Order: sequence, then C-alpha cells, then structure tokens
Amino acid sequence: MATTLPSASLPLEETNIQAESQWATVLRRFMRHRMAMISAVVLVMIFTASFLAPFITPFGRDTIDLNNRFVLPFTPNSETGQMHWLGTDHLGRDYFTRLLYAGRISLTVALVSTLFATIIGLVLGVLAGYFGGWVDMLITRTLEFVATFPLFIILLILVTVLLENENLIPIPGFILSFVMWITAVTREREAQVIVLVTVVIALLFWTGTARLMRGMVLSVREQPYIESSRALGGSHTRVMTRHIFPNAFPPIIVDFTLGLNGILVLESSLSFLGFGIQDPIPTWGNMLAFAQSYMFQHPWMTVVAGLPILFTSLAINYMGDGLRDALDPRMKL
Amino acid sequence: MSNVELMPASVAPAQPDVAPIATPASVPPEMILDVRDLKKHFPVKGGLLRRTVAHVKAVDGVSFAMQRGETLGLVGESGCGKTTVGRTLLRLEKATAGEVWFEQRDILKLPSGQLKGLRRDMQIIFQDPYSSLDPRIPVGESIAEGLLIHGIGSRQEREDKVREALLRVGLHPSSMQRFPHQFSGGQRQRIGIARALVMEPKLIIADEPVSALDVSVQSQVLNLMRELQQEFGLTYLFVAHNLSVVEHISDRVAVMYLGKIVELADRKQLFSVSRHPYSKALISAIPVANPKIRRQRIILEGDVPSPLNPPAGCRFHPRCWMAQEICRTVEPPLEEKVPGHWAACHFANDVAASLPKK
Repeated sequence: MATTLPSASLPLEETNIQAESQWATVLRRFMRHRMAMISAVVLVMIFTASFLAPFITPFGRDTIDLNNRFVLPFTPNSETGQMHWLGTDHLGRDYFTRLLYAGRISLTVALVSTLFATIIGLVLGVLAGYFGGWVDMLITRTLEFVATFPLFIILLILVTVLLENENLIPIPGFILSFVMWITAVTREREAQVIVLVTVVIALLFWTGTARLMRGMVLSVREQPYIESSRALGGSHTRVMTRHIFPNAFPPIIVDFTLGLNGILVLESSLSFLGFGIQDPIPTWGNMLAFAQSYMFQHPWMTVVAGLPILFTSLAINYMGDGLRDALDPRMKL
Repeated sequence: MSNVELMPASVAPAQPDVAPIATPASVPPEMILDVRDLKKHFPVKGGLLRRTVAHVKAVDGVSFAMQRGETLGLVGESGCGKTTVGRTLLRLEKATAGEVWFEQRDILKLPSGQLKGLRRDMQIIFQDPYSSLDPRIPVGESIAEGLLIHGIGSRQEREDKVREALLRVGLHPSSMQRFPHQFSGGQRQRIGIARALVMEPKLIIADEPVSALDVSVQSQVLNLMRELQQEFGLTYLFVAHNLSVVEHISDRVAVMYLGKIVELADRKQLFSVSRHPYSKALISAIPVANPKIRRQRIILEGDVPSPLNPPAGCRFHPRCWMAQEICRTVEPPLEEKVPGHWAACHFANDVAASLPKK
C-alpha cells in the first residue's frame, strides 16, 4: 500500500470508549454478583486452610487419643487443654484437623478429575463439532456409549477391581510422589488409591462437557467470522484455536464448576459407601460414613462431617451461577 | 470502458478440458476474471437413506468476464444465486461445474494446497458487519490476521500496515485495541474493508457490503470503496439487491434471475434501454425521490419459481408479459444484442418499447 493519509471524505473518528477486554468486563460483572463473591472468598478460605493444615492445628491427622473420644465441639482436650474446635471422632482424632486434611484430598481429587474430564470433553467436542461427518459420528457414538453406563455402579466396580489389583495400571513414581506431597499422605499405597479414583472418575465424566462443546462449536462454526478467517486462508488448526475455541468456551467455565461440585459429592458418596479412599486417609465422604455409625448417640458428628461438603458445593454452585450471569452479554448487571 | 471484447463464455466455443495452470488462448491479459458456465447445485437429501432426491440449482450456468479496475454489479432478488456466485468464486463453496479463470489460472482446478496464494489476491467483504468480525479478538488482530496467515512482514510491519489501513478507512489507529462490539455498524464495515485492503488484493468480492447499514452510512461506505478503488486499482464484484446502490457504484451491471444472468451491460445502457423484461421490471421499481415524477411501475405477477425445478424454456416466461410460444420451449442464450450489451431474451430488441397490458 502506498503511504496513505486520512481520506478526505471521512473525518477521523475518535471513539471515546474505554478499551476494555472482554475478560475485564466479565470480571467486573462477576464482582457485582454478591453471592458469587462471598462464595469465592469462602472457597479460597477452604482451600488455603486445607493446604496450611499442619500450621493451623496442633493435632496430628491420625493421632488416636482414646481418653478423648466423642469430645463435643468447642471442648478442650482433657489432658493437654488444647481446644478441639469441632470435637473428636470415635478414636479421639481431632475433627477439625481431619477435616482440613480431608479437604486437601477431596478437593484435589475433585479438581484434578474435573480438569481432566473437561479437557477430554473439550478436545472431543471441538473435533466432533468442527469436522462433523464420520469424526462426529465416531465421537458421538462413543460418547453415547459411555453416557449409557450406570455411572455410579461402573465406578464402584472399577474402583474395587483396581484397588484389589493396584498394579494393573502402572502409575509413574513422580505422579505418586506429587500426589503424596499435595495430599499429605505418607504411604504410596494411599497415593495409588487417590490416583486411581481420580482417573476412573475423569474417564467417565467427560460426556456432558463433550456434548456441550460439540453443540457450541456447531453454532459458532456457522458464524460469518469463521468463514472470513477461512477466506483469508486460515488453516483448520488456526480457525479452531483462534476463533472457534474462544467463542465456544465460556459455557464450559460454568460446566466446570458444576462438574467440580458433582464430582466432589460423587467422591464423597463413593467413600461413604466404603469404595473410595479408605480410613485412615480422611476424606469428607468417609468421615461422614463413620459419623453415620454413631448418628444416634452423637448426632452432632454428622453435622460436623457434613458441613464442609455443604459449604463447598454451595459455594461452587453460586460461583457457577455468578460466572454464568457475568458471561452472558444479554444479562444486564 | 474500452472496446475490449467482454464476451461471456456461454457464447464462446466449448473449451476442451485444459490443464489447470495452462493459459487458454481466449483469456486476454487485461481480463482479471473470466467465469465460464459456472454451476453450483446443492443436493437435497431425503428419504430413509438420506439419498439425494433433487438439486437446488442455485447457480446454473453463469458466465461473465471482468476487466481490471472495473466494478461489476451483480443484482437480483433474494435467492437468485448472486451470493452463491461470489462464494463459489472464492472457493468457499465447491462449484459443481464450470471454469473460473483468475489471473490466467483456472482456480476451480487449483489443488487446495495452492489456494492460499489465491486467498491473498481475492478478498471478500461480508454483508453483515456485526457477525463477520470475531467478537473476542481486538480489531487490530482481526485486520492483521490475513498478514499473519500469509507470513507477511514482521510484527512491527504488520502493525504499521494495520495502522495505515485503519487510517485509510477513516478510523483512528487506537481502534486497534478495541473490540468489535465497541463500534457502530458503519465503523465495523469499514474495519471489514480495512481487513480486505491490508492484503493488497487484486479483486474484492463485496457481498452486499452496505445492505445491513442505514442509508446515511451506506453512502459513506460506498464512497470510501470508490476512493480506494481509484487509489489502489481494485476490481470489485459488487453483489447487491439494491439497484440504486448498484447504479451508483458499478461500471457494468449483470442482472441475475433464478441462477442465470439474464442481462449484462454497461450501467447506463442497462438502466436506460433494458433488453430483458425482468431487468426492466426491476428498474421500474426503483423509488424516485421526487413526488412529482410519475413512474410507470411494472408489477410482476406470481412468485419466483423454485430453483429445485425451474421452468422449461426461458426461466422468466411464467411471469413475463411478453412471453410467446417460443419462450415456453426454447431457452434463450445470453447473446450480445448490441456491442457490449448481452441479454437472454428472444425479444430483446422489443423490450424497451413494450409494457404489460393493463
């Protein structure tokens, strides 16, 4: 192009709009959603507390103290005088301590498996939606096949089989040591259980995300701006990563929070039924399962063990709610 | 307009199958584009086995040629196939048959690996400025996308080119960081033009570039397109349904009806002496901004027939007031009735004088 000057017929237009990226807009709108903001704070607190557990509480995770069994919340230890904020369980282990460590495991399992499930779903959904034809056929049929599994039962069977033959799937050592570091478990066998549960959940939970993503891609694919990128000579990879993916992605954020919530509860139910991660590794689910055995003598136990699940899943749900509103340009906030 | 032979191909002797890159003797170098008997049929699937049961003949044998630097207006009512012609030329749709000679190459036969080069020389401006820009990408990046895809220039050079292009279409360079939703329709269409312009194309296919804009902005965009044409020697294929717009911007005009060109002529000739009853009816419908002038409007009866099953003979005969027996059986070819004026009508020379009976 030759050197150009502003065209005579068209005066330059200075648009006085603040350049604000879409993400900044989303953040601003999210901040305005009160419940979502409270939930975000609660979640951050739960996360930090879980990961700072050793510095917060004086008790050991598995320290049994038979002289202080079923201690009520807000009662000090009869020997040391240290406060049992949330009481102790049937073996005299401090509830507050165990809930913090349990949160570490429950949250890690839920986060990691939701993350993997979402990634699998995203990739398959984009491929199916963008290419259509036999690719779509293959992926959609696989998806439907997986989705018809009675999830919970498959999960029970798989976990049982894998736990009995823990070397069926070799897990690289660095993953195990990483898991041990994150979740603060000391035995390799425990880490193995955590990894197996995570993997099995991830492999069964991608169908919803894939379906959602496929639908989004199908609608975004027909937008003129996709065609205009193709007309400029953009490759499939470019069109998919630069245009389709960013435009189809926002609902996945909400889907992720809901999935996280579902998996958190799922892992708890699994542990509750005795198939997931077992005592002495605490998870919110298996702690609730034990509390249930003493429900009639010590009803407060179930409340204490159930509270974290309640708060976390409520908070995640509200956050999903806030994100959905913030990401929807039609919503006036 | 020079006296170059602008012969559309349907009149040309049938071309034998040529190798894709070879230059046919009949495409003179001053021709930038020569479209020959272009067809695009969309299959209609139906029944249990999703078999093809019929074809929508969206474009059914369209031929025309374009000279460097000219603007050819392609008009017709909705569904006549004018947009499909544009999209097929760009290979956004796969043509069913025909040849498109662009810069001495039959681009319909180019392997998809060589398409990229073509994409650089041929650009499109889209109809809807609201949805033709990616809402999540700053407009500067949108404009630079073509340069990036073709690996033109360094990062800094690309940015300079974008800045220049924005200035050229009358937008402040600081617009680069903004997002499409922060612009008005007219501004966005100018961004769309900048996007095509930055590639320094030879041919721009403008697919109803102003029909989504309001009238005051339309003229702004049209004048801009014209200035750019003079400055960069661009060739426009201007697809539109608004005759006033086409009259304003085109050097020559082609009128399409039901997948075929029915008349192709110099703008002035076409608007003063039409040689096809359909064009005549269309032109009579242009509103005039003067209440004292009484124009005799021609009201066509009936609807456009389905392109699934176009009428035999002349496609226009069921609605034509001049239709004779021959029109129902023999399809009139697109012929040069007077130099530079093609029409597909058996009674082309009588059209100007005739009017439908009351």
